[in-house]
Amino acid sequence: MGTLINSINSQSADFKARSSAMQALVDDLRSQVAQLKLGGGEKYQAKHLGRGKLLPRDRIDQLIDVGSPFLEVSQLAAYEVYDVPVPSAGIICGVGLVNGRHCMIIANDATVKGGTYFPLTVKKHLRAQDIALQNNLPCIYLVDSGGANLPQQDEVFPDKLHFGRIFYNQATMSSQGIPQIAVVMGSCTAGGAYVPAMADESIIVKQQGTIFLAGPPLVKAATGEEVSAEELGGADTHCRTSGVADHYAESDQHALLIARQCIANCPKPAGNTLLRKDAALPRYPAEELYGVVGTDLRKPFDVRDVIARVVDDSQFDEFKALYGTTLVCGFSHIDGYPVGIVANNGVLFSESAQKGAHFIELCCQRQIPLVFLQNITGFMVGKKYEAEGIAKHGAKMVTAVACAKVPKFTVIIGGSYGAGNYGMCGRAFEPNFMWMWPNSRISVMGGEQAAGVLTQVKRDQLAARGENFTVEDEKAMRDPVLEQYEHQGHPYYASARLWDDGIIDPKDTRNVLSMALATALNKPAQETRFGVFRM
Amino acid sequence: MLKSVLIANRGEIACRVILSAKAMGMRTIAVYSDADADALHVKQADEAWYLGPAPAAESYLRADKILAIALEAKADCVHPGYGFLSENAEFVAACQAQNIVFIGPDVPAIEQMGSKSAAKIIMTAANIPLVPGYHGADQDDALLQREADQMGYPLLIKAVAGGGGKGMRVVDASGDFLTHLAGARREGLASFGNSDVLIEKYLVAPRHVEVQVFCDRHGNGVYLGDRDCSAQRRHQKVIEEAPAPGLSDDLRKLMGTTAVQAAQAIDYVGAGTVEFLLDSDGSYYFMEMNTRLQVEHPVTEMVTGVDLVAWQLKVAAGQPMPLLQAQIKLQGHAFEARIYAEDPLQDFQPSTGTINHLRQPPTDQHIRIDTGVLESDAISPFYDPMIAKLIVWAEDRTQALAKLDLALQQYHLQGIATNIDFLRRLATLDDFAQAKLHTGIIEQHQELLLSPSPQDQHQVLAMAGLVLAQTPQQQFSQLTAMRLNQTQQITFNVNYLGEDHRLCIDPTTAGTVTQDQVLLQTPQQQVKAGYYRHGDCVTLFTHNGRAEVSLLSPSVDDYSISNEADSGSICAPMNGSLIACMVSAGQVVAAGDALMLVEAMKMEHTITAPTDGTVDEIYFNVGDLVSADVQLLHLQPINVEEQ
Repeated sequence: MGTLINSINSQSADFKARSSAMQALVDDLRSQVAQLKLGGGEKYQAKHLGRGKLLPRDRIDQLIDVGSPFLEVSQLAAYEVYDVPVPSAGIICGVGLVNGRHCMIIANDATVKGGTYFPLTVKKHLRAQDIALQNNLPCIYLVDSGGANLPQQDEVFPDKLHFGRIFYNQATMSSQGIPQIAVVMGSCTAGGAYVPAMADESIIVKQQGTIFLAGPPLVKAATGEEVSAEELGGADTHCRTSGVADHYAESDQHALLIARQCIANCPKPAGNTLLRKDAALPRYPAEELYGVVGTDLRKPFDVRDVIARVVDDSQFDEFKALYGTTLVCGFSHIDGYPVGIVANNGVLFSESAQKGAHFIELCCQRQIPLVFLQNITGFMVGKKYEAEGIAKHGAKMVTAVACAKVPKFTVIIGGSYGAGNYGMCGRAFEPNFMWMWPNSRISVMGGEQAAGVLTQVKRDQLAARGENFTVEDEKAMRDPVLEQYEHQGHPYYASARLWDDGIIDPKDTRNVLSMALATALNKPAQETRFGVFRM
Repeated sequence: MLKSVLIANRGEIACRVILSAKAMGMRTIAVYSDADADALHVKQADEAWYLGPAPAAESYLRADKILAIALEAKADCVHPGYGFLSENAEFVAACQAQNIVFIGPDVPAIEQMGSKSAAKIIMTAANIPLVPGYHGADQDDALLQREADQMGYPLLIKAVAGGGGKGMRVVDASGDFLTHLAGARREGLASFGNSDVLIEKYLVAPRHVEVQVFCDRHGNGVYLGDRDCSAQRRHQKVIEEAPAPGLSDDLRKLMGTTAVQAAQAIDYVGAGTVEFLLDSDGSYYFMEMNTRLQVEHPVTEMVTGVDLVAWQLKVAAGQPMPLLQAQIKLQGHAFEARIYAEDPLQDFQPSTGTINHLRQPPTDQHIRIDTGVLESDAISPFYDPMIAKLIVWAEDRTQALAKLDLALQQYHLQGIATNIDFLRRLATLDDFAQAKLHTGIIEQHQELLLSPSPQDQHQVLAMAGLVLAQTPQQQFSQLTAMRLNQTQQITFNVNYLGEDHRLCIDPTTAGTVTQDQVLLQTPQQQVKAGYYRHGDCVTLFTHNGRAEVSLLSPSVDDYSISNEADSGSICAPMNGSLIACMVSAGQVVAAGDALMLVEAMKMEHTITAPTDGTVDEIYFNVGDLVSADVQLLHLQPINVEEQ
């Protein structure tokens, strides 16, 4: 195998400056996450604990195996989206090992607005179920939610990808043999009642969990009947009388143990038999990624220096190294798993796009998972390139990416603009997981370019009318556009809206990919059938 | 010229013989019992023949079967190793009758040395010094008591055919003599089929010093230095060394020539060992002669550079001895530690089971491991529980001892109890280091030697925690407890030495775990240990020895859920009629007591009390029809559960 040679001088002032700029972004990310861990705040957490309940993250820690990693998704969901803070959208989702098996865990955080579902809570819950479906992971729902957030009912109730889809997913995953386990650890009202009811097996905690279509206030309003929540839908009612729940738990801890046992009782399917070899750490420290990349997207770097700090022993067999050089493709291993890497090293030309399509075909043929490292301003523009058919060459790459049925993972390590996002397996192309680095930006084009286009159009319009476009006019038009693009292209903005599965510290890239690869291999290998390639 | 050899033994000694025989270009033939079908000696030999069931009496002691195999396999000679048939004169005679060379002395030598009393008569005649004692054929109890009283106490009673401590008793006073005599006779009869005993003066703190002798059929006899085997536990050697420390050149030479003289007195051929007791005043007494290769022969090989097995094979083929006395030079110092499957803390009980994990110290020309087992082999109850012999050599005794301790530390074995930590404590004992040796050294220091390894509890717990936090999916510890953009901290409970501990670990900073090593990083230092994980348990091999830590996993069994919603409400299981009521209101009942009988579907159903309690009220009379789930009576439980 080819060893990647380091081209970085980690002692240079430039490197150190880039490194400390990235460090500042990582520090900010970590402090945001530390804040999110407080859920609805210390007051509500104390109240929650006072009821003898565990906090959602502690529930997850007790559910998964000792030492198991927990690959949390959509940590920053709903970040600065609503008028009120809804940390992590009031629901913690991620992949952890339960009795040695990768499971998707979906845990309501009742300290955040009573665990009610905001629009992004629904989107996050559905995304977690998507991940479970795509990677063949049993789902464990740790339910503690008041149901839909009523003031926002128009954005959570009726549409295809709204609340009802949660139950559609439960039923259809169950029909595919993907275990659905619900643990009722708090209220489970109205629509929420269907989470345990639709589950393959459900567990309920006595004096904590309740399941009912209508709570005591609504019952009283509707029929005048007066009944306590426990009597109406508590553990005794559902385990002894109604049969809505299957297992009776004394406490949160007990319920989580039963859930672990439920998973242990599900035979593990074969999954993908991709051969894993002995892993080796990269030859260069992951921390150096900070200084390799920096935070100024206009400063180019050689993406091989990134690959060298992610893959096993920095070994990378490059494919077509001398052709279409703005796209780097090659075979490698991450934590012992074979991968094909597709990484941007400049703007995409016709040759790079064709090379990318060819390489993706190779990986699909050989059942090798694909890792996309995105740092792309887009496809090259201009008369020469249109004339040589860059649109159809780009389409080949997009077709290949869209149809590829091997596990796909996308990490945005820089810019993600325009059709480059599509060719490099953006969200619409259903990568199994997709992450952004804190320095990255995502938008239809760069802010400068957008402002340039908009002012040019305006200038032309004015010119056609014989009017003048002053420098002040141009600035007045330009600045808000730049500001908008910077705001909306920011990874926090993107992650808040679930355009990705989370923002990761660059130095964690290898570990996150390793866990994601292990997760994706729970699904048996799929045959790829490509669509028509425009030749 | 001998071209093929059958090894009538198993385990490490079979492997040892195969090694030298192969080096000499010989075809090697192993034999095996049911228990040894996959054993190392079977794998190493050129061919292997099935002997019989696992018990030695039905396999390795079956002289007839072994001889038949030797004939069928066309073996030129048979090497008996030690134990089993190695000192069985009948077997030797049978081999010779079939023209198969027996690697060892001739029949008369074995017979003469096989009986301790006969041996002593011969040795007396040859002017070899003997411990004063009675070796007579008259075994009358009263006579023996008289002889004993005359000799004075303490004294030893030994079974004449004995060995390895069996049939041997120390008597401190005349009044105890007959009791011990009976005991020695019983053991002698059970173990050797002979109840005859001899009586000897008991030396208070003697050393066990033995001389390796070698004789050929051309009249040559040499001694290859001596060995000190004083470190014994109940007459079983534990650590042996060569040369015996602290002997003057004159004494060493004197004992050596005496040993050769003893061998020649019985026309000995091959490798033999003359065992002496060396008293503190420098006088030495003949104990016995072992007419075979000894377990501890490697220490002699290490200091002389001689391959004793190769010599045995050459001399058996009629060749003269490769070296004469003047050419034999001793160099440096060697130790051998016998690693046993036994638990020193449980009175050295033999331990059986499977070796799940085995990592041995790296071997080179100065560190040698003679073993017959591999990882995943089983230690069966059928044979000697010795797992391996660890032999080290260095320029001098101090260095060799340090090396022995280090090599023992590097010998990692899990699955069965071993005496490794015990051996290390012995090797590092002050008296042992200063060569203050005597056969009671282990007994003298047993309190210290039998204490558990002194471990640094914090380090052990931290290292065990790091290992236990590994999940099977990962090959490196980076993923352990990974939490995105947060500190990776996990908390869990473990048990160590019977006590529960709560651990809180940040695996990213606490250290790293590789294939079979854990590295703990503290602000002050880095500590390494080997480990083996088996399920929820981890065995650590630290600088201080072995330590076992297990994960405490809560279980659903820790909770019990009662079957009844309100244990006081007793309801009818189905529609039926109440046909009997065994209790009345106010009556105290115990859990499980029958309360009522309900007949339904031609079946009687007994209603029992779910808990201890007092019957509050009965809602129906005998003969009433009752419907399912209706409350039949109410019981006030005695212990109201706390909510």
